[in-house]
Amino acid sequence: MTVPQYSRRGSKYEPRTAARGTDAVRTSAMIASLDAEGRDTVSAPFGHALVELAKTRPDIVGLSADLSKYTDLHIFAQAYPERFYQMGMAEGLLMSAAAGLAREGFTPFATTYAVFAARRAYDFIAMAIAEENLPVKIVCALPGLTTGYGPSHQATEDMAIMRAMPNMVVIDPCDAVEVAQATHAIASYNGPAYMRLLRGQVANVLGVYNYNFELGRAKMLREGEDVLIISSGIMTMRALDAAQALAQDGIGVAVLHSPTIKPLDQETILAQARKNGRLVVVAENHSITGGLGDAVAKTLMTNDVFVPLRQIGLPDAFLDAGALPTLHDQYGITVERIAAQLRCWLDQ
Amino acid sequence: MTGASGGNMSLAQRAWAIRRNALLMGEVQGQGYIGQALGVADVLAVSYFHAMRYRATDPEWEGRDRFYLSIGHYAIALYAALIEAGILPEEEIATYGMDDSRLPMSGMASYTPGMEITGGSLGHGLGIAVGAALGLKRKKNPAFIYNLLSDGELGEGSTWEAVMSATQWHLDNLIAIVDFNNQQADGPVRAALAQGPEAPKWQAFGWFAQEVDGNDLDAVVAAFDAARNHPAPCPRVIICNTKMCRGISFLEAREKTHFIRVEADEWAKALAEHEGKKPR
Repeated sequence: MTVPQYSRRGSKYEPRTAARGTDAVRTSAMIASLDAEGRDTVSAPFGHALVELAKTRPDIVGLSADLSKYTDLHIFAQAYPERFYQMGMAEGLLMSAAAGLAREGFTPFATTYAVFAARRAYDFIAMAIAEENLPVKIVCALPGLTTGYGPSHQATEDMAIMRAMPNMVVIDPCDAVEVAQATHAIASYNGPAYMRLLRGQVANVLGVYNYNFELGRAKMLREGEDVLIISSGIMTMRALDAAQALAQDGIGVAVLHSPTIKPLDQETILAQARKNGRLVVVAENHSITGGLGDAVAKTLMTNDVFVPLRQIGLPDAFLDAGALPTLHDQYGITVERIAAQLRCWLDQ
Repeated sequence: MTGASGGNMSLAQRAWAIRRNALLMGEVQGQGYIGQALGVADVLAVSYFHAMRYRATDPEWEGRDRFYLSIGHYAIALYAALIEAGILPEEEIATYGMDDSRLPMSGMASYTPGMEITGGSLGHGLGIAVGAALGLKRKKNPAFIYNLLSDGELGEGSTWEAVMSATQWHLDNLIAIVDFNNQQADGPVRAALAQGPEAPKWQAFGWFAQEVDGNDLDAVVAAFDAARNHPAPCPRVIICNTKMCRGISFLEAREKTHFIRVEADEWAKALAEHEGKKPR
């Protein structure tokens, strides 16, 4: 079936000139599980980890602003209905009330989408939670480009916003293993934390690496002589696959996974960047402004480590709507596009 | 609940002392939100010397009623009450707003004993109060959360998020106090977002709402008693209509009172007039 194609590019509402035709992919559901890329998946790792934690931690409570089902918090709500608070579609209240519960000795996990926490609720997080260093855990779905619904739901700058907030720990986990481990880690950390959430069926990437999340630590997942990729979130999964592809051509790509964006593991990053003149590439599911790339660049520059540095990330722009595979290709964050980009840089 | 000035004092004497403390702090900085402090002194006197349970020597006592000051710029008023309550020493009046003081110009929880939350960014206090009220209920702690907010703060949408949620969760341990003096930074609150009668709005949201003359101690006492003892499982609000600069005639007469300028010699004049009004 031929679908008429229109684009917002060029003049307003102009029909798209180079239609994708039959290649066009349907926009997926707003919050479909990400493609696991051939890996095993785990269902709702955050929700199950929180239920596990709650068995021995009566201080843990959960709150959501009408998005418990879409942040896997419904698993917790079903297990502990009396410890779950539905705050309604009110993100300012969500954060304020979480702060109030923390004042009374509880450890609240507050969930919503990353766009709503980072943009709408910023002042409430800053003043009610971060300024007082309260142990509220903000866990947010749809990080970066993980929905095709357009800028209203694409949190492309959430880490930049949260990094700028004093006292806030910022975590961008890669997979189901890490989501579960990081949930335990932030519950034990006595202060505010922001964690990007992968929900639904979540890939198991790190299981084969005997991985153990530690707050504030980056971990080497793969060694390589030519390129050092420093990555977070789902981009670590993509970086590992790109490294695998390039290895077949004799190109050695190391992958340093840095899930804690703040505080950044400067020690490990500096030590790795200083090794044998590799091209250093930062890869993140986030705007190239204000995220891991900027954090790494600043760390290297202010420590006199002058190495070739490149960024793979989302442009500093409001992104298009569409189907995720199409968008990931368009913005250069698929395995194929990453591998091609690395070859291109190495050939220069 | 015996304060710094000793026991068996009348509420009028407490309110008088709160106004005096505030005037002395205003004089330290030569400026400020003295108008609000003078206006709300009677409400604070009833809060700290009639309604609330607390221990002056242990401001974090788990059984205390919590007093959340949303409106950070009213810090001068709350410090004045905390001093009168014996939670803060009177000597610190001289440090108000100074470097390294525990009494900053805007109220912050980490600076001052008895200052429960960091206010100042308006529209936060009632939401925090909702969470704390939920927490108290989880702990089966019978304490009340009092939240003093301002009329201008009712323009913040987040206040109404909290208003709805408090009803949703049947927070009968939450008492909101609105200081309605009809003055915000740019002029009258009534010329901005506050339209229509106040109490019916809260009632429509499911609250037990009372509206009183906030400078009539007997009326305020009755309203606090009714709020605490109301049988329905709903949150409570007391809208207190107050007069900015209450008690100091030449300041009351000023047109713009949100952040008033008081000349150096006028503080002595204000304190002298206040001294003359000391209740016996």
